[in-house]
Amino acid sequence: MSGETAVSGETAVSGEAAPRAGLVLAGVGYRYAGASAAALVSIDLRLEPGRVIGLAGANESGKSTLCLVVAGLAPGVIGGRLDGSVRVDGIETTAMRPHELAQRCGLLFQNAATQLSNTKATVFEEVAFGPCNLGLPVAEVVSRVWWALRMAGIEALAPRDPARLSGGQAQLVALASVLALRPGYLVLDEPTSELDPAGTRLVADALARIARETGAGILIVEHKTDVLARIADEVVVLERGAVALSGPAATVLADPRLVALGVEPPAAVRLERAVRVSGIEWPAALAEAIE
Amino acid sequence: MIQADEEALLPAYVRRIPTGGYRSLNPLTKLTLAAVAAIVAFGVRGWTGPAVVLVVVVSSALVAGVLRRMAPFALATLPLVASILLVNTFLYPNAHDVIAVFGPLAPTWTGATAALQATLRVVAFGLSAALFALTTPIDDLLGELERRHVGRRGSFVVGSALGAIPRTVDRAREVVDAQRSRGMDTEGRLWRRFRGLVPLIAPVLFGALAEVEERTMALEARAFTAPGRRTILRELPDSGWQRAVRWLLLVGSIAAVAVSLAGAVKLP
Repeated sequence: MSGETAVSGETAVSGEAAPRAGLVLAGVGYRYAGASAAALVSIDLRLEPGRVIGLAGANESGKSTLCLVVAGLAPGVIGGRLDGSVRVDGIETTAMRPHELAQRCGLLFQNAATQLSNTKATVFEEVAFGPCNLGLPVAEVVSRVWWALRMAGIEALAPRDPARLSGGQAQLVALASVLALRPGYLVLDEPTSELDPAGTRLVADALARIARETGAGILIVEHKTDVLARIADEVVVLERGAVALSGPAATVLADPRLVALGVEPPAAVRLERAVRVSGIEWPAALAEAIE
Repeated sequence: MIQADEEALLPAYVRRIPTGGYRSLNPLTKLTLAAVAAIVAFGVRGWTGPAVVLVVVVSSALVAGVLRRMAPFALATLPLVASILLVNTFLYPNAHDVIAVFGPLAPTWTGATAALQATLRVVAFGLSAALFALTTPIDDLLGELERRHVGRRGSFVVGSALGAIPRTVDRAREVVDAQRSRGMDTEGRLWRRFRGLVPLIAPVLFGALAEVEERTMALEARAFTAPGRRTILRELPDSGWQRAVRWLLLVGSIAAVAVSLAGAVKLP
């Protein structure tokens, strides 16, 4: 059984299977067990293969909850009440078991330390943990591990002890560990929040490469809007569990309502505004250079 | 069972085979040795049981080259040892061979002897556990248990929890620094240090609990609960003589305890 689902996961990424229907949320609402108010209200969202959607919003706006819902862990693992429908390539997430979902929709949390198994001696074995759980043949496990390490840009880390990595390196190992399951979609909950600029750049580069080369659809929660400006095709802004803004990344990130929604615009947008406010004409050459 | 052609695909740092007389034993053999040490140390009456265990464990630690690294484990038994010594020496019931009288307290020879014997048992057991932990990587043990379809989930939880200890220590250090920055005195006398522990407990405990939920979800996201057999990348060597030794040790230790409890053989 696991072999079957594993194969479908692989073909989904490589694009050899039938056209994928995307990750589709329709009228999704979610309430945590015991909570009086809903954490998500009437969310409609569609993530196509190979596309990157950035998710922004103030704290407590429901971004992390949306990640858990999309990845099927809410209500699948943590309980609560889900309204509406979440479909991954046409299949309801509630109809799949966690290990089946993991092969269709990978989830990366913001804290790399909690995602590593703490039991593996090398990065290679850490990344192999997921494929080994599926009982895949050794040759397939090895092939997936090298592929995932290459996609994350960390082949050189393979012999290293996972407990002795920098924050950025550990997050990339966690990313490779999720990729090794070959999910068709990736959900990333603030993957750079604990990283310095160098670590952020490493992760952003890896994500851009993954979206470009694997055809995986990526939903990324990110406070650093410069990262979204660089890799996202669309941006959705949440406010109190509902969609407040959505559209092409360039349009949403330049929207004047962004600040009021608790999101800081990218540096380029702030620079342009500062230049215009000071009465200087925004040089076309500069705009082109930023673009 | 990994085929030779499959094994050749694995990098050398994954194939690594433990070397050295004690370290190269199969993890299950080392686990059996630790279990037998506990059975004998606590089950055989008198000095003989714990003394034999202590001699065997220290010799094995010398062979494995980990004797010095066992010091922190021995130190960890100090609070328990101290309480055993105090309680038994001063409060042993129905003992009348008083050593000396200190006000209301009257330590006895019988109590002191029982305390030393109990101490020897605790130290022998603690060191045998230390020897096992220092010579057996968690991953090796988990792989071996997995290969034998034994309690994967339970052993993973224990292994992962042990692996998370350094992170918990780091978190405790961060909380102490935060408390100090707000003026709490956590240095100096024992009482002050103890008082400094109180505000440390809640953040570390709740932080660890919050992490447990995230760890659980992260494991689900890595197909930990997938049904069926897992792939084992490393198979550690085992042999007929090790299997025989394991059974012999288990049966022998249980027999020794039975003989000791029945009083069939007088042991010092």
